[in-house]
Order: sequence, then structure tokens, then C-alpha cells
Amino acid sequence: MTRHEVVSPIPGVFYRKPDPDSDVFAKEGQTVGAEDTVCLVEVMKSFHQVPAGAAGTVVEFLVENEDVVDAGQPVAVIEAG
Amino acid sequence: MIAPELIEVVKPGLSTTVQDAGRTGYYHLGIPPSGALDQYSLRAANLLVGNPAGAAVLEAVYMGPELAFAADAVVAVTGAAMVPKVNGAEQPIWESFPVSAGDVLSFAYLTAGARAYIAVSGGIDVPEVLGSRSTYALGALGGFSGRPLAAGDRLPVGAAPPASPGRSVPADLRPNLAKDVEVRVVMGLYDHRLTAAGRATFLDTTWDLTPVADRIGFRYAGPELETVPREPPFGAGQDPSNIVDAPYPIGSIQVPGSVEPIILHRDAVSGGGYMMIATVLSGDLDVVAQSAPKTRTRFVEVDLDGALAARADHRKRTRRLAEALAG
Repeated sequence: MTRHEVVSPIPGVFYRKPDPDSDVFAKEGQTVGAEDTVCLVEVMKSFHQVPAGAAGTVVEFLVENEDVVDAGQPVAVIEAG
Repeated sequence: MIAPELIEVVKPGLSTTVQDAGRTGYYHLGIPPSGALDQYSLRAANLLVGNPAGAAVLEAVYMGPELAFAADAVVAVTGAAMVPKVNGAEQPIWESFPVSAGDVLSFAYLTAGARAYIAVSGGIDVPEVLGSRSTYALGALGGFSGRPLAAGDRLPVGAAPPASPGRSVPADLRPNLAKDVEVRVVMGLYDHRLTAAGRATFLDTTWDLTPVADRIGFRYAGPELETVPREPPFGAGQDPSNIVDAPYPIGSIQVPGSVEPIILHRDAVSGGGYMMIATVLSGDLDVVAQSAPKTRTRFVEVDLDGALAARADHRKRTRRLAEALAG
């Protein structure tokens, strides 16, 4: 098992849900595929999906919903494998 | 002669556009200047690869593109700290480096600033529209088909002047990219709409740049500004921040609803009905251009003499840059 950090490639507002009325993309403990979206980052009035980047189990999210993140900032941890 | 298509866009980045020194002379018709938001970095990138200072380059905001080269070229990246890589090998910023036919240019994550400028020897040779190659995406005008780059686009490159890799901008002529910045402003033309307290709030607050900032405007979060009560004049809206419609200068700071000031940048709309309480010094628009979300910004008032002195300093620095990279 290896620890994989999901990194936001861009700065912007971090969202765990596709819209306010939906469930989160991924919960702690959930299994995800490498291509699965785990969050959105909004910048310049458009939303960008951030994929898990590795298949495995979501361990934790490192930022709160609607926090502003920097480019290159880890936002979640996945136990890969 | 049709320029050869030397560059293929593999991945476009977030919003990468062709920009040059800008399209002057049409703002009164509603067509803004566009062009590189950070004009100093544009000049530096071009001079590093032997191009005229105002030639067309790629402006990449927050995230770099991935570009495949079909011929040899000399490339330079300036502006934001976004490390370029040739076939995965890191290259210096603010320094020209060679790229060979078949190479792929990509970028590491942004670590400081907001906008990187990618100059290629010969310049990006899209057709001129109204005297400029700059992209005005809101008006679908200029640049590459009037829009940001997309995967699969093939970019024409002009005939390359002799260029040498390994040219470098001296450290003292590189901008300092910080998360805390000062932006100098001249107050007016509508600052009389603010009370003394509202004016003090504007100048004493450390404002946070919001993630909605783009080439049109940079919106800042902070407290509400207090306005002078009044009866709206004929032609102005009811909100205290409304004025009778007026032209908007590039760099003017408007405050719709008296909250969240917006600095208009080079893709701005040319007029409207919001009070403009100050205007950013033209040289400091480069500082604004390199602001990413959460950049803490103080607005510092200067008088007109101070603004002219700052302009002279800015021109001197631009001349020193040209001298350092001459020959």
C-alpha cells in the first residue's frame, strides 16, 4: 500500500460536491479509480474536475469544502493499491 | 508566404492565449487593448529569444500547456514561476533554452505569480487583426481563431531571427513575485462618492484577490465602502455606487454595490455605470497580472506627480532590460 496525495493542479475554490444538493464525489473510506473525480476546483468562473490520480481507498481530505487552494497543494490522501 | 505550423498543442493548460503588446486605438469602439497582462514579462520573454519586444507569445494562466515542436527553436519562459520542462527535463525560467524538432515542452505546477509568458524565436505568427495578434476571447477576436488554445491546434511560427540559448535576465531585473503586494493608485474620478471613512477603508484594508479574477477584471474581497448619501442624478441607477454611464479606463477600480472592488485589466469592457474610485498606475498592472487567488493587496495612493515619477522609473527599468538583452 502506498500513500498517494491528490494535488490540485490549479489555484481556486475547492468543492467536494458537484453541486450543493448532491452527495460528495468521494467519502473517506470509499474505493476510487484513478480517473474518478474526487473534487472540483473553481477558478475564473469555471469548474475543473480533479481526478484521484491513483486507484485505492480515500483516507482523508486535507482541506475544507470551499477553501481557496494553491496550485500544487495536496487536497486529499489515497491509500493506493 | 504561409508560416510553417511548428507547434502542436498537446494539452492547452487552463486558458492559454496568444498575446502581444496589444491592440491600441479601438477602445472607444468597445474593443479593448488585450495583449499580455504583464507587459514587462512579455518584453523580457521576446528579447531573450531575439524577437522584437512586442512580438506575439503564449500567455498561460495558472497552469502551463503541453506543446510538441516540429522544428528546432529557441524558447524562453518569463512571468510566473512555472518551471518549463523539455521532454521532462527542467529548464531555467527568465533564460532562453533550445528546443529540438520532436521535443515536448511541458510545465511544473505554478509556485509563484499567475501568468507565464512563453516566447518562441520567430514569434507566434497568427494573422494580425486590427494591428495586433492578441486574443480578445470575449469578442472572439484575434489570436488563434479568437479563442484560448485547444488540444490539436497547430500554431504558425514566424521566420526566426538569429537567437542564442543561454541568454538570461539579470536577477535585479526580474520581478519579485509575492503573496503580499502593493498596487499604487491615483484616486478619482468618482472617489467623491466615498465618505472619508469609505476612502480610509479602501486604502487601509488588505484586500484578498478572489478566484473569479480573469483577463477582464480582478475582483477583491474585503469590507464594504461607505458612500455619501445622495439623490441619483438623471441617468444613474438607484444604488449609491451607480453613476451616469462613463468610459472605463484600463486599470480603473470600480466598486459595484460598494463591495468587492474590481480592477479592470486589458480585456475590459469600455464603459458603464459603476463609480470608479481610483486608477492603477500602468506599470503596476504587471503586479496585478501576476496576482493569484488569495494574493493580499494594499492599494497605495500616489498623486499625479508620483504617478509620473513611477512611470519614468518603469520606463528606465524597461530600457535597462532591453540593454541587458541587446545584441
